[in-house]
Amino acid sequence: MSAAQWRKAMNFSGARDWSGGRVTAPATPLRRAGAAPEAAPSTAMPSVAAALGSIRLRHVVVLAAVLIYPWVATPFFAFQIGGQSLALGLIALSLTFLAGYGGMVSLAQMTVAGIAGYMVAIFGASSVDQISLGWPWWLAVLIALVAATLVATFIGWLSVRTEGIYTIMITLAIGMAFFYLAQQNYAVFNGFQGFQKVAAPVLFGIDWHDAIPFYHLALFWALAGYFFVKYLARAPFGIALQGVRDNARRMSALGYNVTRLRIAAYAVAGFIAAIGGVLMVWYNALITPGSVGTSWLINILIIAVLGGMRHPIGAFIGAIVFVLLQNFAIDLVDRERFNLVIGLVFLVIVLFSPDGLLGWWAHLRRWSGGAGRQARLTGRKST
Amino acid sequence: MTFSTTWLWRLVIAVPLAVFVVWALVDNARLFVVTTMNGITLAALYFLVASGFTLVFGLLRNVNLAHGSLYLLGAYVGWVVGDHTGSWFLAVATGFASAALVGLVLQTAVFRFMQGQDLRQTMVTIGLSIVLADIMLWIFGGEIYQFDPPSAIYGGTPLPIVTRYPTYRLVLLATAIVIGVALWFFLNRTRVGMMIRAGVDDRGMLAASGVNVQMVFAITFAIGAGLAGFAGVVGGTALSIAPGEDTRYLLASLVVVIVGGMGSVVGAALGALLIGVAEQMGLAYLPHYGIVVTFVIMALVLAFRPQGILGRPS
Amino acid sequence: MQTIKGRLLGTLVGVTVAAFATSASAQDTIKVGLLATLEGPFAAGGQDGMRGAELAIKEKGGAIAGKKIVLLKASSDARPDVAVNATRKLVEQDKVQIMVGPLSGSEGIAVKDYSKSQPGVTFINGSSGAQATTLVNPSPNFFRFNTEGAQWMFGLGEYAFKDKGYKKMALIAEDYAFPYSQVQGFMVGYCKAGGKVTHKAWVPLGGKDYSSVIAKLPTDVDALLVVLGGSDAVNFLTQYEQAGGDKPMVGGSITVDQTVLNFKGKRRESLLGTPAAGPIADSYDGADWKKFVASYKETFKDGFPTPSLFAYVYYLNMRAAMEGLEAVKGDLSDGQKKYREVLAKLVLKSPTGEVKLDENRQAIGTTFITEVAKTADGQFYNKVVKAIPAVDQRLGMSKAEFDKMGLGSRDVPNCP
Repeated sequence: MSAAQWRKAMNFSGARDWSGGRVTAPATPLRRAGAAPEAAPSTAMPSVAAALGSIRLRHVVVLAAVLIYPWVATPFFAFQIGGQSLALGLIALSLTFLAGYGGMVSLAQMTVAGIAGYMVAIFGASSVDQISLGWPWWLAVLIALVAATLVATFIGWLSVRTEGIYTIMITLAIGMAFFYLAQQNYAVFNGFQGFQKVAAPVLFGIDWHDAIPFYHLALFWALAGYFFVKYLARAPFGIALQGVRDNARRMSALGYNVTRLRIAAYAVAGFIAAIGGVLMVWYNALITPGSVGTSWLINILIIAVLGGMRHPIGAFIGAIVFVLLQNFAIDLVDRERFNLVIGLVFLVIVLFSPDGLLGWWAHLRRWSGGAGRQARLTGRKST
Repeated sequence: MTFSTTWLWRLVIAVPLAVFVVWALVDNARLFVVTTMNGITLAALYFLVASGFTLVFGLLRNVNLAHGSLYLLGAYVGWVVGDHTGSWFLAVATGFASAALVGLVLQTAVFRFMQGQDLRQTMVTIGLSIVLADIMLWIFGGEIYQFDPPSAIYGGTPLPIVTRYPTYRLVLLATAIVIGVALWFFLNRTRVGMMIRAGVDDRGMLAASGVNVQMVFAITFAIGAGLAGFAGVVGGTALSIAPGEDTRYLLASLVVVIVGGMGSVVGAALGALLIGVAEQMGLAYLPHYGIVVTFVIMALVLAFRPQGILGRPS
Repeated sequence: MQTIKGRLLGTLVGVTVAAFATSASAQDTIKVGLLATLEGPFAAGGQDGMRGAELAIKEKGGAIAGKKIVLLKASSDARPDVAVNATRKLVEQDKVQIMVGPLSGSEGIAVKDYSKSQPGVTFINGSSGAQATTLVNPSPNFFRFNTEGAQWMFGLGEYAFKDKGYKKMALIAEDYAFPYSQVQGFMVGYCKAGGKVTHKAWVPLGGKDYSSVIAKLPTDVDALLVVLGGSDAVNFLTQYEQAGGDKPMVGGSITVDQTVLNFKGKRRESLLGTPAAGPIADSYDGADWKKFVASYKETFKDGFPTPSLFAYVYYLNMRAAMEGLEAVKGDLSDGQKKYREVLAKLVLKSPTGEVKLDENRQAIGTTFITEVAKTADGQFYNKVVKAIPAVDQRLGMSKAEFDKMGLGSRDVPNCP
């Protein structure tokens, strides 16, 4: 049966989303351009034609803007604001995927990203000659991605035995365990000092740490991650995952292996976070225990919630706002109080708009639109 | 688990432990006894902090990640009062009261409107912890604050084997036992306690039987928060207060509650004991990785008994 | 809600405009960036560091050769990635010409690495005291006018052995780079004089409960070398006393500095008489030092009773920046080449003696051996016992000798 029919059969009105709010309609309604609602194709996989057909003008504009951006902006804005937002956004995307589509809020995504970063430093070249093996960068990156995904699977295996809100506690504790391990161990992780001079490779004559190349590298992977998550959300795996999010018992009764689905979700999210982690270690050109400490674990959550977990773009919106606040709040408020600003912004978002900035945007569109718009919208915004 | 596998597990845990204890006693008896006592007294502090956390979680299903900030808040407010009045006992009382008040306000003004949205409540507590931590840094600065308890409970006590032991740690242990017993009494022998236990089992039925559920919730949160503030003053006297303590005690509460079982006060005591002793043993015998030992225990408990040692399977 | 959103949008717009605008550097100002740790456990030190830097600028009247000094501040939280981000913003976005900071050791190494990618800006240290910053891959535009962790302890080892008669000692220190360097500075002299450090207890960072560590301390040592900072030092001292410990102590540079001696509580009597070493001593009777202290007290009514180590070290570095600017008459136009030449040869007449730079642009300066004492009105301070001038980063050893020993770590140096 088609995904739409299946969802109807599952009776979504009783479902809750990640924050406990009610779900009144499917999270990612399939929209076939020009196709009548009842004549949805029987396969749940979106066809390329359908995907291309759903491209709107605003998508093209945004894509063009984002591609041209580093050439019109200053190197600082391209690198520190743009590049960092994209890399952080990718890590937050992994959390959005896990929490928004899987219903599991994991605070260990930055840990996974950090492990990828550490592996790049350990297997590649860094300032710590006694530990770094100096293998070619592509090999180091490959090992990093594999290792981080394996660790993410392990974390998933540990966390999946408990439900819902317990996941936050447990993943936080696991994240802290890795932080202390990295801080205390000098043989592998070089303890408090960490690794410096973890250089991005120089390929085809371009130093990928320079502003414009790095930005485009991050952009490429961010787009890849974004489209991957969008695709996955409509693929059988993603639909099943959302089903598990909404009602695990029913899914189990239907014959799905809920535990395996969840662990797989952790693995996928871990892979996305690992890519983000490699980008971050190249961005910072260093990795220390501080990169995987409590503040960063929570920051990723803040970013994901800030943007909104109902759609993958939320992660990147949240990342941009966060990075801007981090860099410029110091100019608006007394320089010492920007932690307060970020905390207050987060608090306001969670109290008044649990769907983050995307939720506000949806509200705004509903108010500014007329009755016609109201009828077209299914009550939950999605592009 | 069958009878034989249960006993197999008990043997697997007990035998290496027994071997270790015997070796440690032979190697350096004084060190072992001191470390055990340190562990137990540290566990007392952890119990004080974690009991409030698990109480709030057990009834309200609210993972209050601002618990550490309440600890620090109670400590600072208590310090200010203690500094002005010169009375340490007043400081302790104020620590409890101020945190309880904040907890009451939070429950009635914020969390009451988010009934059922567990994750959202947790997010709010995260935001609150960031905001509170920064406000406290603003007001009190980054300096170290130490309390001035009466000299009767501060200083050293002569004890067998260990020669001299910090009196205050023994006081801490006594306090934890008293609080633990009082809490047990409150939960098991009073009307309100009965309502709380009923609410933990079935919130809906509690409301249906005519109890003012919101009031019970408010009282519970106030007590849980108050316990954090109380622990703030009492713990701060032992280990000074500074920014960063909130994260540390929040983490300790998390680990204790995960290990001991969520929602169970007795579980909190057991978890605290296990974690406290493990941490001190780790510090003494495995100095570089002492802290990691506690997390390893937590991971093992999660892997084999996800609801915690005394928790109820959900 | 609307106002917050509006404000956010307004910021976004303003910032976007700034992104596209090119900032023209005004010809009659010199922009100086200042980075210190204003959050977390070092917040008090960071605040004081900024005071020290501001004092240095104020002493020059806020202008050099007619050009106004514009000070742009940034904050970090002792983490290297945050420090580099903050520095990058000041350098690339706010276009500072001179960058002073950061505060902590690992931040310093990260900022030094970053400085290599910005040859047009001169970087001067704040108070970061890691050895590796200037000994390992030094940067040609990173200058450090303050001595570092190992230099701060030089001479204390010999003093402890010969003058105090401590033949055997046990060590308690935090398990990271700064204490490693402090211990190296101490042990180089101590081991050479014939002393033995029989027990090393490296405590994990952030651990507050020292009871087990105290229980393991050997009883046959003459004294304890305690290299802990901030609240850790306070906790250790209290717990040690309560556990019946009575061995005398020797402190590291931040074990008995102003931030610890000023802690709000009444448990500090046990600190009296503890020797320590560092780049400053509150009671030093040099005329310049007294002037500096008076000027600090007058300018900052809300500061500490006497300037802390952070205030002094930031003051030193900012003053060097200012004196260098004076020497080139504020002219930074040739890619700052002349400015850097001037800085490299600068002989700073600091309040604590002469400061020169070595070939890695690392300071060679004075180290004070001090003991804790109390003034008539009950204020604690560090009394000067000895002043050792011209301490270099290789601690008196030749390059070959020092390279053979290596940088301080858990096991370097060792003399059990």
